[in-house]
Amino acid sequence: MGNKTILYTQHVEAGGKIVDFGGWDMPLHYGSQIEEHKQVRDSAGMFDVSHMTIVDIEGSDAKTYLQRLLANDVNRLSSPGRALYTAMLNEQGGIIDDLIVYLTETGYRLVVNCGTREKDLAWMEQQSPGFNVNIIERPELAIIAVQGPDSLRKLIKVLDPQRAALVARLKTFQGLPVAGWFIGRTGYTGEDGVEIILPQEQAVELWQALVEGGVAPAGLGARDTLRLEAGFNLYGSDMDESITPFEANMAWTISWTNETRDFIGRGTLQTIRADQSQQFKLVGLVMTERGVLRGHQKVITAHGEGEITSGTFSPTLGYSIAFARVPVDAEENCQVEIRNKLIEVKMVKLPFVRHGKKVF
Amino acid sequence: MSNLPDNIKYLSSHEWARLEADGTVTVGITDHAQDQLGDVVYVELPDKATAFAAGDESAVVESVKAASDIYAPVSGEIIASNPELDIKPELVNTDPYGAGWFYKIQPSDVSELENLLDAAGYQATVDADAQ
Repeated sequence: MGNKTILYTQHVEAGGKIVDFGGWDMPLHYGSQIEEHKQVRDSAGMFDVSHMTIVDIEGSDAKTYLQRLLANDVNRLSSPGRALYTAMLNEQGGIIDDLIVYLTETGYRLVVNCGTREKDLAWMEQQSPGFNVNIIERPELAIIAVQGPDSLRKLIKVLDPQRAALVARLKTFQGLPVAGWFIGRTGYTGEDGVEIILPQEQAVELWQALVEGGVAPAGLGARDTLRLEAGFNLYGSDMDESITPFEANMAWTISWTNETRDFIGRGTLQTIRADQSQQFKLVGLVMTERGVLRGHQKVITAHGEGEITSGTFSPTLGYSIAFARVPVDAEENCQVEIRNKLIEVKMVKLPFVRHGKKVF
Repeated sequence: MSNLPDNIKYLSSHEWARLEADGTVTVGITDHAQDQLGDVVYVELPDKATAFAAGDESAVVESVKAASDIYAPVSGEIIASNPELDIKPELVNTDPYGAGWFYKIQPSDVSELENLLDAAGYQATVDADAQ
């Protein structure tokens, strides 16, 4: 018996196949993972992501604290509503977690992974002495992600005028409060959509209204195939504390602009950058032969061996795709060992799919 | 309780085997197995005339979740593989005991079928796994 989100009963009643995910009882699918995936790519689907951890950072030093804690620079958030994606690193430059941070009227709001909750909070506390900050977890909030090309239109129809107006004017990657909710035009699918943070006691009503409005519930299975197609990393599979942002296709999330900003991990990353000593990189693999690429399969390149970090069958493309960590000089073609056979695969630049279309 | 026809035999590894009127044995995976696997996306089937001993790895089924080996329920030679599964692997999910069959084998010793489980015996192993 794991933790349950406020929407657990809705998942069971909709026929959800419940599995453990980071200590939470979550729906893997409600019948067909592939159908749910296609629903999001073609129209609109929704995910209960209330298991994710929300942390608000307040206090007069919130900005300087986060400038030290995070590899991306919150100084880039020029006005409330802006958001950025970043890694939180250890001193060795390894990734403790990846997260989104929003600038709010009262401070900053971070959304971190559920499987890393305890160590994230412990790390944040450990780094806080000397800063005037309050680190406030918000377990009383639920999160519903509504995603897909028709998601905003369908959502607007079920919302009150005030919230509907906000959804209609939100820009990509912008998140703003409205009538006790917080709505961000963000997601993990490669489609347009929003993530709605709201009080738990209002989540069931919104979920039911969206079901009636033609938004199909989708499970963790579809969430995984959608994020893989969209080229988004999954913490614990594609990155962990032994992996730097360079090796996880996240170099773009490190902000170097302010040379005096001493973010945790900077020293190690600066050395790797100066010496050009990066050993591995994260790439996309495509296998048009039949079969499915899976995590931990061995990748053989002309420059040495690598490993698949996440692999799946892509419902949009109709063949298998994967992320692999390979030697930094590897390019184009390589082989993957599947059940003692070597299969030719093609190395591509991520992502695989954006807005329903093949993009590599 | 998943769907378990009485007229076929089962393996604890979740294959089923049905003796046909012509003496051949049709093989597939159970309703419980397809439910555990999730959406099937690919089935690797044996070539015609391949010989297997009972218990040999004879096919592979890949779903969105995992790859699973399929074991031959009886010894014999493959006489046909289901050509439909190439284009419609989802038949394994929608009709596991019918259109979602994997292959037909000509058994070398039909009495090997008696070593397999009946519906009640298979249900007992599934229930034990769920504990």
